[in-house]
Amino acid sequence: MHYSPAPLHIPDGFLNVTVSVIFWVITVIMIGMAVARTNKSLGEKQVPLMGIMAAFIFAAQMINFPVAGGTSGHLLGGALAAIVLGPWAGMLVMTAVIAVQGLLFQDGGLLVMGANIFNMGLLTVAIGYGFYRSVMNKSTGTKLAVAGVAAWLSVMAGALATALQLWLSGTSNLQTAVIAMLSVHALIGIGEALITVAALSFIFRTRPDLLGEGSASAEGGRGWVMAGVVISLIVVLLSPLASADPDGLERVAIDMGFIDAGQSAPYQVIPDYTLPFLGTTPLSTIIAGVIGALVVLGIAILAGRSLQKTS
Amino acid sequence: MHSDAFDRYHESNSFVHRLDPRVKVIVTIAYILSNALLPDGAWLAFGLSWLFLLFANALSNLGVGFTFKRSFIALPFALVAITVLFSIPGNPISTFRFLFWDLTITDMGLLRFESILIRSWLSVQMAILLVATTRFPDIVHALEHLRVPTILTTIIAFLYRYLFVLVDEVFRLLRAREARSAAVAGVRAGGSVAWRGRVAGNMAGQLFLRSYERSDRVYNAMLARGYSGHLNTINPHEMRRVDYLTTALALIVILLFQLVGRL
Amino acid sequence: MTNVLSVHDLHFSYHDHHPALRGVSLTLCEGDKVALVGPNGAGKSTLMLHLNGILRGQGEVFVGGERLTRDNLPAARAMVGLVFQNPDDQLFSPTVFEDVAFGPLHMGLPKDEVLARVETALNAVRMSNYRDRMSHHLSVGEKKRIAIATVLSMNPQILVLDEPSAGLDPRARRTLINLLRELPITMLVSTHDMRLVEELFPRTIVMDEGLIVADGMTKEILADEKFLNEHGLEKP
Repeated sequence: MHYSPAPLHIPDGFLNVTVSVIFWVITVIMIGMAVARTNKSLGEKQVPLMGIMAAFIFAAQMINFPVAGGTSGHLLGGALAAIVLGPWAGMLVMTAVIAVQGLLFQDGGLLVMGANIFNMGLLTVAIGYGFYRSVMNKSTGTKLAVAGVAAWLSVMAGALATALQLWLSGTSNLQTAVIAMLSVHALIGIGEALITVAALSFIFRTRPDLLGEGSASAEGGRGWVMAGVVISLIVVLLSPLASADPDGLERVAIDMGFIDAGQSAPYQVIPDYTLPFLGTTPLSTIIAGVIGALVVLGIAILAGRSLQKTS
Repeated sequence: MHSDAFDRYHESNSFVHRLDPRVKVIVTIAYILSNALLPDGAWLAFGLSWLFLLFANALSNLGVGFTFKRSFIALPFALVAITVLFSIPGNPISTFRFLFWDLTITDMGLLRFESILIRSWLSVQMAILLVATTRFPDIVHALEHLRVPTILTTIIAFLYRYLFVLVDEVFRLLRAREARSAAVAGVRAGGSVAWRGRVAGNMAGQLFLRSYERSDRVYNAMLARGYSGHLNTINPHEMRRVDYLTTALALIVILLFQLVGRL
Repeated sequence: MTNVLSVHDLHFSYHDHHPALRGVSLTLCEGDKVALVGPNGAGKSTLMLHLNGILRGQGEVFVGGERLTRDNLPAARAMVGLVFQNPDDQLFSPTVFEDVAFGPLHMGLPKDEVLARVETALNAVRMSNYRDRMSHHLSVGEKKRIAIATVLSMNPQILVLDEPSAGLDPRARRTLINLLRELPITMLVSTHDMRLVEELFPRTIVMDEGLIVADGMTKEILADEKFLNEHGLEKP
């Protein structure tokens, strides 16, 4: 069978009850807002559209392509769904996809579904839409480039959130989880970016009306730009912090009562637990993260330009 | 058709199959919640929890080992929990060198690791049993009854219906791609990663357009049958006495596991 | 005989493209079984979408003697049972029951009446034991029959079918033909299946390029080979 689960689907048992419940609460609030918004703005046509788009995202996640060394790239789809359907509808569609994957295929748990929806359905949509919204009136090439960056970042945000939840649940060591999740998903995110950009450019060529003025895509307000930027900033600032200087974060988590002091503090057990190729001060790694993001942005702009020329 | 591989329901007329879907959804969630609440190393309670699962298996006529055979799907995820072996303070069990690190497995770490795996292993099996004994449309009905917003259950119902149609389209697209990607011996085939990504993206774009156009046609078909923006559903399920009793009994038993686990 | 459906001088264009209907008029009387033939792009499907107001062009459509307006749309949709070509578009619910119940439910009928209608409609297409099946498990032939049941449950005055025999193997096609013959209801059926036309429909309407180019006895129309060739059709 071709169906291959994306590695972000957390199964039951890996998050503790507190973390599961907190993320269910956040997710339920967001879904509630999305339901209220879509019910208000709902063209009667949107119900079958959202339903079939959910099936589309599910099916599109099965389109894969070989990247390198046996790994394959495929789509998570949050950014794409947000860009073509608008943010609120995109959230509902992604929620349905993740719910069916968990309920029907046990791809992701039920108690932890709130966290899974948050990571893969809410964060990805907010970043994907926020970035795209900021360049809504720019050229197609710019839009494609920014969509690519947003797709990549959306996967990274989902990965970071997953790592943090695992750590808060006492399931993973903070530093290892963050580094492992982010480095794996830095690659997976490239697949996401490539497919998202190519799919959007295909739609721009064949049915530009679906993405133009008056389409569902143009419905979200400017507030989304803010949301996208803030979440991305958190990702860019938090990742290097968590990977190079986990003490600070652990202190915060202990103070907030998430984890007991006993289960953190890995340094007492493994004194030389640091990665040699990452800098040692938080500042240097934040700078590294920003430089990395800029490099990706540059590549994406070049890729977007070349795609636009050939199409 | 390929997509039949997606069906998880196993036809039978057992006690569990006949239960109202709401009962099964509620008990499954309570069971998973209970496993998550049990403290690390509550072996007796985990054991009882496992017996409960076997009993449910047996009541479903699918065989006591039914869910066991399918229970290892979440196992690869265990990788993310490996670090707890080393990062929780406790008495060292063994130490070894891995790349740059000296790693020490502690007894507390091992306890946590095993507990996480058992929770996950038990929980996923109950979820498997739920979909094996309940047709998916009935699960959607249960969600409707449990006050999940209609718009969401409707999207899920459409998703389920068109999943099979669209996945078949994906198979056709993938097969067409395969049929055209011949490799000459000794020559690196398939082009650059970016090119392959673009081919995959074009497929996704094409699938999107077909789906979009299909949603137009489906909308027309709905209009033709009186749809005017508000969805009415008819829900054939009614809770019987045996459903209430089973729910109560199951919840009490699950509560007992908590007592056992915390004594 | 009473006239159940009539169309006067209907014009329609999609977006800014060239016109799909360029002045179509026709009348169907109770009990008529009429074939609608013509090459792809002739405007057959577009015409069908006008018959219960899904598309609305210039001109007039009368259903059961009443002029179709925005206000009587729901009533008209219950009277004109439109079955689309692709059963995967027509059957959009997870189970057969939910799909056949969709029409009656959205007509606002009480629950008992809905259940009774579902039974009757499934009986009429000989599929009553398929009530609880899931749509994606059905064969194309089964889906086509259930698709017909989904509109029969609304008790329509006229059945409008788009390409009912397309994509069916010979046996499923035969079953469908027998079903159509038995259904005691006015019918307008668009098709490329000229043997079906010859066998089932006394009257035929030929469309080409948005116009009705012939409307008469099937026997006479099928006898005129030159005319058929001119409009991209074949003698059966």
